[in-house]
Amino acid sequence: MVPNITLDARDLACRRGERVLFSGLSFSAGPGLTEIVGPNGAGKTSLLRILSGVMASAAGRVQMSRGEVLLEAGSYAAVLHYMAHADALKPQMTARENLAFAAAWFGAGMSPEAALERLRLSRQSHLPVAYLSAGQRRRLALARCYMLARPLWLLDEPVASLDAAGRALVAELVAGHVMGGGTVVAATHDALSPDARRVEIA
Amino acid sequence: MSGFIALLRRDLVLAFRLGGGPFLGVGFFLTVTTLLPLGVGARLELLGQAAGGFLWVAASLSALLSLERIFQADVEDGSLDQILLGPLPLEASVLAKALAHWLTTGLPLTAAAPALALLLNMPVAGYGPLLLSLLIGSPALSLIGTIGAALTAGLRRGGLLLSLVVLPLFVPVVIFGAGAVAAAINGFNPVPALLFLGATSLVALVVTPPAAAAALRIHLS
Repeated sequence: MVPNITLDARDLACRRGERVLFSGLSFSAGPGLTEIVGPNGAGKTSLLRILSGVMASAAGRVQMSRGEVLLEAGSYAAVLHYMAHADALKPQMTARENLAFAAAWFGAGMSPEAALERLRLSRQSHLPVAYLSAGQRRRLALARCYMLARPLWLLDEPVASLDAAGRALVAELVAGHVMGGGTVVAATHDALSPDARRVEIA
Repeated sequence: MSGFIALLRRDLVLAFRLGGGPFLGVGFFLTVTTLLPLGVGARLELLGQAAGGFLWVAASLSALLSLERIFQADVEDGSLDQILLGPLPLEASVLAKALAHWLTTGLPLTAAAPALALLLNMPVAGYGPLLLSLLIGSPALSLIGTIGAALTAGLRRGGLLLSLVVLPLFVPVVIFGAGAVAAAINGFNPVPALLFLGATSLVALVVTPPAAAAALRIHLS
């Protein structure tokens, strides 16, 4: 089944304390890659948190639809995976155990081993995450995103702390997801693909 | 339900791998209990009479020790977002975490208490009520503590604040728990105190999931 998720944001606003980070932000992200760009502190992470539903928007609304059909407001979390800036990995558990928990928690599209293999982490599979480098942890967080196989990926700085090979791998992964009809919204400083749509927040 | 078990299992694994898990709380319980006779002096009669109260105070302090861990790490490493986005209502996730805390602190403390009561020269009549009161009352410690842990989850060095928030709420649990033991030792009926203790635990069971979940939502937004 083609995932075909379209995310529609209308008049979103974000306030942190007294400061308004952005307001009146509207855009639509259909299947394909949408990059959110803007300087540090512009509110890219807050925007992704709002889109994921972790944080409420100070104004406006987020709607999602599959094809032409609007999704029910409470069901967005089931079609998306939010890869936050923090890796959400437990240092005391091994790479494989972290993925196995995510698989049990969210319900996975494939085995942890297959996802580890894809992100070239098979050799680290039995190491506690505490022993992994920052780049390896980032790859492990991406492996979780890949394993869950949700139609909509919300990625916060997916290539942060990755080397050139890692960046290429992420670009490949995102391209593969887009090719399969998936939707990716990524906040990033480094363009993942030249054909991406861009949403700028200032 | 499978999500509940997955989260519970994860928290149990983490508790065992992080600083000795249940043994840390029991070790603290043992240390505090051995300090008490040194402070009171070698008055066996007095010690035995007060043993129930001593053990209950020591047990609640030991439970307090690991409360901070319930949410702190999940907030710091971003796991809380993933818990929120999961299929389980946040209220149920909170309950899974409170249950994991009880299994790794309340239950081992209950199991260790009779041995420590022996050290304090507690009269024989008190053992049954002591075990029962801890079994009934220690879930309330974990549950009430979970609310405090959720309230202070986002704060740096929230531990001290956590104890200030939680310890006053432990008061009814300690009163009825120690009261049941004291009643039995002095030849009275411990059942009323145990019933009150059970009521406290049930109220905590009802109040904690929505209260802690609301506190976490405020923190996340």
